[in-house]
Amino acid sequence: MAASTTGLAAIGPAGTAPDVTLAESDERRRRFRFIQNPKAATGTVILGIYVIFAIIGPWIAPYDPTQRGNALVAAPSAKHWFGTTHLGQDIFSQVLVGTRGVLYVGFLAGAIATVLSVLVGVTAGYLGGLADEGMSALSNVFLVIPALPLIVIITSALPGANETLIALLIGLTSWAWGARILRAQTLSLRRRDYVEAARASGEKSWRIILFEIMPNLTAVIASGFVGTVIFAVMSEITLAFVGVSDVSEWNWGTILYWAQSQQALDQHAWWWFVPAGLAVALLGTSLALLNFGIDEFVNPRLRDSGGQKIRTVSGAVRMRVGFTPVVRPGDLRPPRGARVPAQQPVDAPAAATITFDKEGAR
Amino acid sequence: MTVGAPVLSIRNLDVDYGIGRHAVRAVRDVSLTLHRGEVLGLAGESGSGKSTLAYGMTRLLAPPGVVRGGEVIFHPPGGGEPYDVLSLSDGQLREFRWAQTSIVFQGAMNSLNPVHRVVTQMVDVLKAHEPKMTARARLDRVRELLSLVGISEDRMDSYPHQLSGGMRQRVMIAMALALEPHVVIMDEPTTALDVVMQRQILRELIDLRERLGFSVMFITHDLSLLVEFSDRIAIMYGGRIVEEAPAGALYKDSLHPYSDGLLHSFPALRGARRELSGIPGSPPDLRAMPTGCAFHPRCPMAFDPCAKRVPVLGVPMVPPGGASRPSLADVAVVPAQRGGTGSGQPRARTVACWLHETRPA
Repeated sequence: MAASTTGLAAIGPAGTAPDVTLAESDERRRRFRFIQNPKAATGTVILGIYVIFAIIGPWIAPYDPTQRGNALVAAPSAKHWFGTTHLGQDIFSQVLVGTRGVLYVGFLAGAIATVLSVLVGVTAGYLGGLADEGMSALSNVFLVIPALPLIVIITSALPGANETLIALLIGLTSWAWGARILRAQTLSLRRRDYVEAARASGEKSWRIILFEIMPNLTAVIASGFVGTVIFAVMSEITLAFVGVSDVSEWNWGTILYWAQSQQALDQHAWWWFVPAGLAVALLGTSLALLNFGIDEFVNPRLRDSGGQKIRTVSGAVRMRVGFTPVVRPGDLRPPRGARVPAQQPVDAPAAATITFDKEGAR
Repeated sequence: MTVGAPVLSIRNLDVDYGIGRHAVRAVRDVSLTLHRGEVLGLAGESGSGKSTLAYGMTRLLAPPGVVRGGEVIFHPPGGGEPYDVLSLSDGQLREFRWAQTSIVFQGAMNSLNPVHRVVTQMVDVLKAHEPKMTARARLDRVRELLSLVGISEDRMDSYPHQLSGGMRQRVMIAMALALEPHVVIMDEPTTALDVVMQRQILRELIDLRERLGFSVMFITHDLSLLVEFSDRIAIMYGGRIVEEAPAGALYKDSLHPYSDGLLHSFPALRGARRELSGIPGSPPDLRAMPTGCAFHPRCPMAFDPCAKRVPVLGVPMVPPGGASRPSLADVAVVPAQRGGTGSGQPRARTVACWLHETRPA
């Protein structure tokens, strides 16, 4: 359209060629916007490192975690980075090998619980009536089941208590909270005008749920998933710590179990429990950060409004409701990589001078 | 109270949405003066920048809105030193708001909190801004305010849902007047109401204006309403003011083809029959504004210079009526209450169109 190009020229007659590449880079930036959020980026990086260790941990571990050595309860050294246990086992290897089990149980349990909570919560909320009553009763029952004691009983009763079983048990007992939240949210969403409009125009129930309601629940579902993962990791480590799970399978809880039973604290063997404890804390932090990031990313309102900073010559100005920033053309600091205004012709007409300022601002 | 002393003057205001490459300029180089005791109407299509102007000048624009330049000078009526609203600190801005300038928002009737009684919400304002007032004095003031807008006192203890839309709107207007501001900005305050209620509320507002002596900036797309109630009308198009004139003069003889198009989009109640034409096309895309006059692609009278240069707002040289278009002087609509509307003002009318030779205002 001729009008549009000339219109652009009216805003910035600085030539169209650079604009094309700028648009491309902008497209790329939009694609990686999730990572641009510092919280999300930090969370992703830390979790990524964990995932990598979960995959390659057993291969790169310098020792077999159960292999005994001569140096008993030795402090960290070049040979044993995190020191050794009372049997001379390498704690660094134990932490590395243990990562896989922790993440496996955490994410499997999280996935199971999330799927269940979405199924039960959204269905109950959307259908209402008797289905809602029944499902709500079910989730209320699961809500009051004390998960940890139940798992302790089941795992001690069943002989082959492996990680998958523990993940299943955690997942099956921890979905009810998420289901309640999703049900409440769905109840409020199903009466919204756009859902009513979809129903009036003859959309099928499954389509309304999947296309109209579910996208609005993304933040709740995602944060529910992350929350359950944190809970599952904690549960699994607790179980291992109290000695319920199979002690021959290494995870951070097992390390803590041995450290506790051998009175590492009394022996001043801090290297025995600190690395595993820090690993748990850091994993929890990364998941929580990811949670915040998802929240801000999924909700378009949170994404665009507030917090946006404008960099000016005299410091950053924040955009916020009720106090519209006043940024005069000269105030803006050109962002990194901006074209230098000197590219403009010196004898530019008045109209171009205005553009000049704006270009410098970009 | 004399009409003519400026109370709020906007100079070269620029407002953007977004910053950097995606910035869209929604208000361009707008200069406008609100005089004491005057009702200034701001009209234009959706997206012409009316609301952005009102929120931009009061710095109420939500992100990503940014004021990019200009001045909004407030002249304190006591004769104090005029100051620029745009350079106030956040604290000063809080002080300034409501006490000097208040706003009635679009769909204001939904601005009341449903769980609090009307009286609680009104007393709240007085508590915050006039802490020295006694509880009894506050209640008396609320009573007085409600009676000003024609709501009986026994409605004071109602919850918002117990009031009709029109009554809630009146409550909002009463709240806007609670601190006796000098400027009241109304952003399409009556669009959700039926025409009878609209008229009634506006009538009351105009009466109040005469009694209390505040100035009103009235934003609407309903030009017929403005012609009836306002003293002066500014027409906005594509973020610029294209014409500004006393209401009667604008109605009788609009100079800008866009104003003319707007005026021919609604029927006159009385007077000679005229053809309703409307304006073909749609408002311009702010991201890709046409060159020159933003209206030229839709303008029936566009000629050579229109696409090339942006016309500047100026005082028309040709005496009104002698311009290119037939006069509509025979239409009998009472323009505004004040007889000498706009007379004695430095810029009686201005227009930004190449059809009219202008001199700089």
